Amino acid sequence: MSDIKKIKNEYLKKLDNNLDLKSVNQIKTELFGKNGQISNSFKTLGSLPNDERKKFASDLNSIKDELQEKINSKLQEIEIKEINSKLENEKLDVTLPEREINQGKIHPVSQVIDEISSIFSEIGFSVEEGPDVENEHYNFTALNTPDNHPARDMHDTFYLDNKKEILLRTHTSPVQVRTMLKGKPPFKIIAPGRTYRSDSDQTHSPMFHQVEGLHIDKDINMGHLKGCLNYFIKSFFEVDKIKMRFRPSHFPFTEPSAEVDIGYELKDGKIVIGEGDKWLEILGCGMVHPNVLKNVNVNPDKYQGYAFGIGIDRLGMLKYGINDLRAFFETDYRWLNHFGFDPLDVPSNYRGLSR
Amino acid sequence: MKFTMNWLKAHLETKHKDTQIIDKLTDVGLEVESFEKISSDLDDFKVAQIISTEQHPNADRLRVCDVDIGQQNIVKVVCGARNAKKGLLTVYAGPGSVIPKNNMKLTVSKIRGVTSYGMLCSESELKLSDESEGITELKPSKYSDKIGKNYFKNNTEKVVDLSITPNRPDCLGVRGVARDLAAAGAGKLKSISLKNIKKDGSQNIKVSITKDKNQGCTIFASCLIKGVTNKESPKWLKEKIESLGQKPISAIVDITNYVMLDFNRPLHAYDADKIDKEIIVRNSKKGETFEALDNKEYKLDDGMCVISDQSGVLGLGGIIGGTRSGTELKTKNILLESAYFIPRSIRKTSKLLNIDTDAKFRFERGIDPQSVEIGLLKASELISEICGGKISKFDIQQIKKYKNSEIKFDISLFEKITGFKVKEKEIIKILNDLGFKVSKKNSELKLTIPSWRPDISQPIDIVEEVVRIKGYDNIKTIEPKKNRLKDTLNKQQKLFHFLQRSVASKGYLETVTWSFTDSKINNHFKENLNEIKIVNPISSDLDVLRNSIFSNLAIYLKKNLDRGFKDISFFEIGPIFKNKQPGEQLTVIGAIKSGKISRLNWNEKERSVDIFDIKKDLIQTLMEAGYDKQNFFIRDKSPTYYHPGKSGSVYLDKDDIDPVAYFGELHPNIVKKLDIKTERVVGFEIYIDYLKDNKVKLKDRKSNFEYSDYQKSERDFAFVVDKNYKAQDLIEIISSIDKNLIRSIKIFDIYEGENIPTGKKSIALNVTIQSSEKTLEENDLENINKLIISTVESKSGAKIRS
Repeated sequence: MSDIKKIKNEYLKKLDNNLDLKSVNQIKTELFGKNGQISNSFKTLGSLPNDERKKFASDLNSIKDELQEKINSKLQEIEIKEINSKLENEKLDVTLPEREINQGKIHPVSQVIDEISSIFSEIGFSVEEGPDVENEHYNFTALNTPDNHPARDMHDTFYLDNKKEILLRTHTSPVQVRTMLKGKPPFKIIAPGRTYRSDSDQTHSPMFHQVEGLHIDKDINMGHLKGCLNYFIKSFFEVDKIKMRFRPSHFPFTEPSAEVDIGYELKDGKIVIGEGDKWLEILGCGMVHPNVLKNVNVNPDKYQGYAFGIGIDRLGMLKYGINDLRAFFETDYRWLNHFGFDPLDVPSNYRGLSR
Repeated sequence: MKFTMNWLKAHLETKHKDTQIIDKLTDVGLEVESFEKISSDLDDFKVAQIISTEQHPNADRLRVCDVDIGQQNIVKVVCGARNAKKGLLTVYAGPGSVIPKNNMKLTVSKIRGVTSYGMLCSESELKLSDESEGITELKPSKYSDKIGKNYFKNNTEKVVDLSITPNRPDCLGVRGVARDLAAAGAGKLKSISLKNIKKDGSQNIKVSITKDKNQGCTIFASCLIKGVTNKESPKWLKEKIESLGQKPISAIVDITNYVMLDFNRPLHAYDADKIDKEIIVRNSKKGETFEALDNKEYKLDDGMCVISDQSGVLGLGGIIGGTRSGTELKTKNILLESAYFIPRSIRKTSKLLNIDTDAKFRFERGIDPQSVEIGLLKASELISEICGGKISKFDIQQIKKYKNSEIKFDISLFEKITGFKVKEKEIIKILNDLGFKVSKKNSELKLTIPSWRPDISQPIDIVEEVVRIKGYDNIKTIEPKKNRLKDTLNKQQKLFHFLQRSVASKGYLETVTWSFTDSKINNHFKENLNEIKIVNPISSDLDVLRNSIFSNLAIYLKKNLDRGFKDISFFEIGPIFKNKQPGEQLTVIGAIKSGKISRLNWNEKERSVDIFDIKKDLIQTLMEAGYDKQNFFIRDKSPTYYHPGKSGSVYLDKDDIDPVAYFGELHPNIVKKLDIKTERVVGFEIYIDYLKDNKVKLKDRKSNFEYSDYQKSERDFAFVVDKNYKAQDLIEIISSIDKNLIRSIKIFDIYEGENIPTGKKSIALNVTIQSSEKTLEENDLENINKLIISTVESKSGAKIRS
């Protein structure tokens, strides 16, 4: 018995030394190999008398465990040391650039359309669409703008035929007509889309975007119109207070009609929306003209409501400080990168309209 | 519509300040464009200071001066005056200015080889004195803080410029504006003062309106004024005309213009001696011509309303007069016309002949038919006052009677539409002030509409009148209710927005380009679609609606490459047009990628973009949108604008008739023709309208989660097949052998060349086999192995590569 204790102490001491993997394995063999000292000790168990054997076996087992544990921890220690020294040599220059990043962007017009849709979704509007090519009936006549009406001159129209019957829609209002013709009141829709006028300068582009709004029900009056637009403008510009002015105006398809101005001031050459004593016209609206309702088979004695039309590009320019309308459509890589939005930036009510 | 405040006050008795009037105009719907002084030629002369002078290199007597003209602008001016020296305050005239002394217009010019931007003026040049020796010297005590300011005071009155909507012709006259203001409480409308003019004798030029079909003239009133002396207008009249930025012509013309601006009552004055016997108002005959006052010769069509005499056309009624009968300074006898022309007729004729005049603008919107007489009265009174002459009795020819129309107005409609109440008494007052005659019957008002308001015909028009005069401020703001009738977006719209962001998230910049394009470029991409021409394009290179998104993307790809960008990925989602009828359009995503992947990258080898880059983006986008890749089927057919060997089409299902997308390399011939300089251009198109609805909602698709934990095994195979044999078919054969066991197939090598017969290729694939019931034994695997080889060999003619 004292023999194995001596072996134990001797090897524990050896294992305390600074050893390499080979020497530890050597020790392992010396102890637990086929002819290892511990293995051999187990072999002697059989020759011992019964009363001694039990005690010896128990001692031997605990010594074995102790040594094995020591060896294992020693092995682990060596392994970690070896990995660490290897890692020392694997050091990279982590300041080198990563692999190519290709960041896609969403065009400001698309982003603004999503923002607008999100805002109106909150108050129960759904999105309708209509064709870019229209006939003059939907674009003008059905909207109470007959052929001899001077208001037609205010729309510089692109025509697709010499008879001037087929044209590119000059506003999104024909979607009102189409929506009401195919359904039954109440209606509560917005219709964003491309619109076209043959006009081109710093502030006009032959193509631009509008969003049409229409709310028809039994008792929708101008107060609802004011409330809706007030809510929209405040939400869109993400300000608590906004100065807003309703001004009488004229559109053939609404009556009474209004134009809406918002207050702004110039700070360091930039437009700041909401305060200030300057006015900026941003949209046209009004109560849908009874003639329009009649044209789409809605009884104007029973139903009434409002409509509005907003220039999307212009709203985007104001919100995001973009100066030139035409740049929207010129596909300049630098411009798209600068003004574009990350595709994961989806405007929504719960995550907020914009970052 | 322009006028000065003084002119307005001739009709409006008011204590309101200018700014209050301006605000009131806006409040009642008369939009104020501006309220400022009309600029005058004299505004071009600025106070300036000479900062330094130096000798002109080529002329002893000239000096080159640096002149401070304000707002941090320094210009070089060549000057010959002896007193031009450093520090002098003087008067500067820039290029474009007209020198008062000799009416010479300045330009940027070279004087003996040195460019001079404008000039420094002497007092004589400014018509201030006869002093022509040296340039004007200004006292520093008075002018040193005025550098850059106008030297001459602009004495003109401020002018209000209104933008009048087409429904309000009455406000094209100052009196109409005054009436609105009075109704809105900004003062009191003065009554029109008419002197009792003496009418002598009859109007002896016979006037007749023919009964032609669609006769455009219904009233023609006239009087003769004999023995006038036409001359320059008196100062007050000239100033009125000038205050609006117009040029005075002669007393007679200025008076007719003045009455028009004052009452919106256009008039026309003829030289009575030039009229051949009589006036006939009739329809024109095709081919008739006349020379108009704009000095252009017009050739008329049938049915245009003309004023003629026995020799032919004198003028186009209500649009423009003719030179033959125009008044001149020497005119002695005039015939004054005050007529009513039907708006539709005016509009039609002026459109056909492309004439736009002030009179046309007014008649087209509707002139008060009851104003013919007051127009004659007002104008003849002024003419006889200023030019003398004897006024004849008025001759009024009329083929239609104009009675004021009447409507009934239920007062409750006002609150129903506007959401607020106005007292009945107030409504009646507003309407009275606007010129309505009102009588009451129970809760209904019977209204007689003033003849100058052609825009009013139904009760809703009355609501508008009252609410705009009362003020839109009174409309309450009703908070919107948050109730929803239906989903914000339908399925197709959701798909649109999803795909848009899905493509962008793969590194593409979204662009929005015009729906029209250059027909020359469009031709490359239109395939068998019809070209859709725009009749009146904005420019010749935007002359058709696009048949494909690629034409604009190609144009802008080239522009960006020319800007120096090399590796470009962008896309557009929007309409393409199949034909020109409404609705014959499709919504398409077009994406383009050019240049290289990993250009100049330190750890990746650079390579040109290829169709498998774009195919990945396309397939992944479709997968993300919820379509099952397992069912996708690729064919090698694609439109001709793609590279014939490096392009394909994607079908959601093998049995589908229409592909949902194309992908491939852009045809090298097109790239060359468009002079697009890049390594390679690849692209894809997704036809959103052809993407079927995912009928099963995601929540229902995800119900069963089945998986196997039994051991997976992988086996590699290499088959030698014909060179044209498609990998897709090989995968299809193998995967259909046992859908339960064969979990995935990956192609890891394609090889042609040594050890492979010509015309053949080797496809190497890795097949993952796993059972959901048990761990497969060696012998099961061996069986599957053999089955794969035998099935592939028999179905495809392939040989396993040993």
